[in-house]
Amino acid sequence: MALPPPAPVSGRPRGRASLRLIRSLARNRKAVVGLAILAVFVLLALLAPALYPEDPSRIGSGGATPPSPEHWLGTTAKGQDVMALTLWGARSSLFVGVLAGVLATIVGVVVGLTCAYFGKAVDEVLSLLTNVFLLLPGLPLLVILAAFMPPGLGTVIIVLVITGWAGSARVLRSQSLSIRGKDYIAAALVTGERPLRIMLREILPNMASIVMTTLLGSVIGAIGAQAGLEFLGLGDANTISWGTNLFWASTDGALMLGQWWIFIPSGLAIALVAYALAMCNYAVDEITNPRLRKPRRAASATAPTAVQAAEPQGAHQ
Amino acid sequence: MKPVLDIEELTVEYVSDERSVRGADRVSFHIAPGEILGLAGESGSGKSTVAHSIMRLLKDPARITHGVIRFDGEDVLSMSADELRSWRWREVAMVFQSAMNSLNPVMRIGDQLADVFTTHEGLGKREALRRAAELLELVRIPADRVNSYPHQLSGGQRQRVVIAMASALRPRLLILDEPTTALDVVVQQEILAQIQELQAELGFAVLFITHDMSLMLEMSDRIGVMYAGRLVELAPAEALRRRPLHPYTQALMGAFPPISGPRVKLTGLSEGVRFTEIGDLEDTGGGHFVAPTGSSHLEREVLR
Amino acid sequence: MGFILRRLGFYLIAFWASITLNFMLPRLMPGDPVTRMLSRSQQRLDPQQIESLQRLLGVEGGPWWQEYFGYLGRVLTGDFGVSISRFPTPVSDVIAAQLPWTLLLGGVSLVIAVIIGNLLGILAAWRRGGILDSVTPPLLVFIGSFPYFWLAMGALYVFGVTLGWSPLRHAFSVGMTPSWDLAFIADVASHVLLPALSIVLVSIGGWMLGMRNTMITTNAEDYILMAEAKGLRPRRIMFNYAARNALLPSVTNIGMSLGFIVGGALLTEVVFAYPGVGYQLLAAVQGLDYPLMQGLFLTITAAVLLANLLVDLVYVRLDPRVRVS
Repeated sequence: MALPPPAPVSGRPRGRASLRLIRSLARNRKAVVGLAILAVFVLLALLAPALYPEDPSRIGSGGATPPSPEHWLGTTAKGQDVMALTLWGARSSLFVGVLAGVLATIVGVVVGLTCAYFGKAVDEVLSLLTNVFLLLPGLPLLVILAAFMPPGLGTVIIVLVITGWAGSARVLRSQSLSIRGKDYIAAALVTGERPLRIMLREILPNMASIVMTTLLGSVIGAIGAQAGLEFLGLGDANTISWGTNLFWASTDGALMLGQWWIFIPSGLAIALVAYALAMCNYAVDEITNPRLRKPRRAASATAPTAVQAAEPQGAHQ
Repeated sequence: MKPVLDIEELTVEYVSDERSVRGADRVSFHIAPGEILGLAGESGSGKSTVAHSIMRLLKDPARITHGVIRFDGEDVLSMSADELRSWRWREVAMVFQSAMNSLNPVMRIGDQLADVFTTHEGLGKREALRRAAELLELVRIPADRVNSYPHQLSGGQRQRVVIAMASALRPRLLILDEPTTALDVVVQQEILAQIQELQAELGFAVLFITHDMSLMLEMSDRIGVMYAGRLVELAPAEALRRRPLHPYTQALMGAFPPISGPRVKLTGLSEGVRFTEIGDLEDTGGGHFVAPTGSSHLEREVLR
Repeated sequence: MGFILRRLGFYLIAFWASITLNFMLPRLMPGDPVTRMLSRSQQRLDPQQIESLQRLLGVEGGPWWQEYFGYLGRVLTGDFGVSISRFPTPVSDVIAAQLPWTLLLGGVSLVIAVIIGNLLGILAAWRRGGILDSVTPPLLVFIGSFPYFWLAMGALYVFGVTLGWSPLRHAFSVGMTPSWDLAFIADVASHVLLPALSIVLVSIGGWMLGMRNTMITTNAEDYILMAEAKGLRPRRIMFNYAARNALLPSVTNIGMSLGFIVGGALLTEVVFAYPGVGYQLLAAVQGLDYPLMQGLFLTITAAVLLANLLVDLVYVRLDPRVRVS
């Protein structure tokens, strides 16, 4: 199939891959929307102590009042300000989600690179382990891990990493394996570069976009899993997060009593953050796979080649 | 004789937001009934673009912005999608580059062959399958292979299946888009012999596309040479072999060893040479056409 | 056949790994597990309950491998010990009573979401840039961003509490006795509708986008171009050539995401007080019923592995290439 003359291809795709990715992200509408939403949430999380200096979990008088000028999002059954809970909740939810997501991705990268570099038995064992963890149902596993380990924020993060790493490891392994097969890796091996250097300087930089998408996916997964865990009452009871907010909303019967203002904000916040991350993810996908980009005009897959008069000269260069 | 295919000034552009690229630029040629016309050129020169646009198979960013394609006097570019559908394969069939990929991996060979008959001749499933088995025998593949899946056949067999499929409706024109590129030399020769045999029997015209000049000289009656979307030379095969006029054609011929004859030193297009501002073909007599080749059409770039 | 046997072996390894994990977990934690468990459960336990715990946590004495093989043997015969929260019912009985409801809810919502999601994906990819291709994906991604249980809460609030269109909890109305008559089946259907709908809503976007993206890649394959050149009808190309092939990765995905979907279904059950294993899981967590938690984990794992095997069988039917190799 003939394509327009290809752009000049340089010997090996190296170096500025991540920089180019960031530059294309800045030009993608989905990425900009996603990043803007994320920025707002990070800002609110950082500002929470300034906006609501007193302890948001302190039990106040006059429970479960609907939104009012005094309490913008109303109060809970215990008289806590929902706005304060939501903003403070952002701190823990974002922190735990991002940290667990990053850690899971790091484990995935290490496993992926190790599999690709050493191959053979090492790859067999690690990919078996990955696939086993991938198959185990996440939530029940989370539950038994969290139930047996001493309660606390550390446990939540460790448990999220244990259940989350396999997904990224699988993707990163297959990507590293395909890069491992490229000629320039063979060349690096022949010139006697050390394994660690080959893995970190030759393989890793060339999968920047995949690492990025798995990272975003892991963070989405971690935020969701944390919320689920806390909703079941297995989180750290002393932290305020979106998940614990929803746990209390449910325990206090906000739903049955029609107190929508108590459970809507935290759920919406989780959804918005996950949506923003997903948008960034799709943006990266579109940048790396041009076929997924929105076509210039709607057309069915089997439409015959369009016939039209040449556009006026000035229209294209 | 009235040409079966007549292309005038065909221009295809790949349009994107930033820029548009001409995949084919004012290309004109015709093919007489029963004739084999070869189209040569390097990858990206526009030969496949021309081939695909004849059947209007190019997809979205590509559009035909200028020119006329007439098949047996009928204007292909003004056909509706439905008209095109019944015209395709019945009148023009095509064999794509890689048979490996042009057969659906999860469908039986027989079903893929039978498709043609159920769609174009309204046959029932059973009758269509019987015809499919006949077709396989025509290209010397056992009829019971109708029940096989593509991965169960060798590369050469698969290409034969595709060729059988292409001749199923006895089309007037067969387009071969690098039909042997993915095959080894021995199988390549078998496939080409198969095509010549079928052509002698069914009498279709052929548009043969390859970058392999020696194959092309062997197969074709006339040859067109493309460069950067332009047709730079068009001549009877014999004339082209004896006396290629355009420097690009000369380079292309120099880049391939002749199949027989004395050993010659291979020469190619020297690095950093490009042709620009290619003009329209000019008649040099005897059906030999060539684009003007003055020094203003040749650009030498000194590589750093 | 070789393919299926290999997968089967892999699932057995996975199941063995999860049993071993279950065995090791309480023993790896610092301190004497039983005392810690007892101190964590504030209510008094009677001697039989303590004994059940001890058996689970392996303080019955003997070298670790003896304990290990004893545990392995008990699990494989379906003996997960005695439930603490529902004492003295055996864990396996508790689970057996809940499992059908989860299979109903999970199965119904999975099938609906997979069918509709894939169909939408096929159609969206077929007409790139059309309404379905440009409007639906962002919308479904947004809906899919909500936690399963939160969307369930929203649905329950709107359709159950506010509008009163749907029952608020349980799998069938109080006072009804389970039977196969029409009234009971209709009652069960009305109870399963809203929870299933909320699961479908969250998960459908993933299926649609996955299918859409694979279809877009498939549409660029040579055999699609060939089908087009053959003059086949668009509908035939779309379903028999493109979708048929794009379905393969989608089927693999079903296997991969089953574990995740099960998690979502479990949380949805909690919201609707739907008497499946998820709801029981919450009860186990609240009652610090460790034997039940472990039993549920192993049962759910076994179910997921079994479902994966089914998916593999379907895959073999769909892809002739794995049948021979």
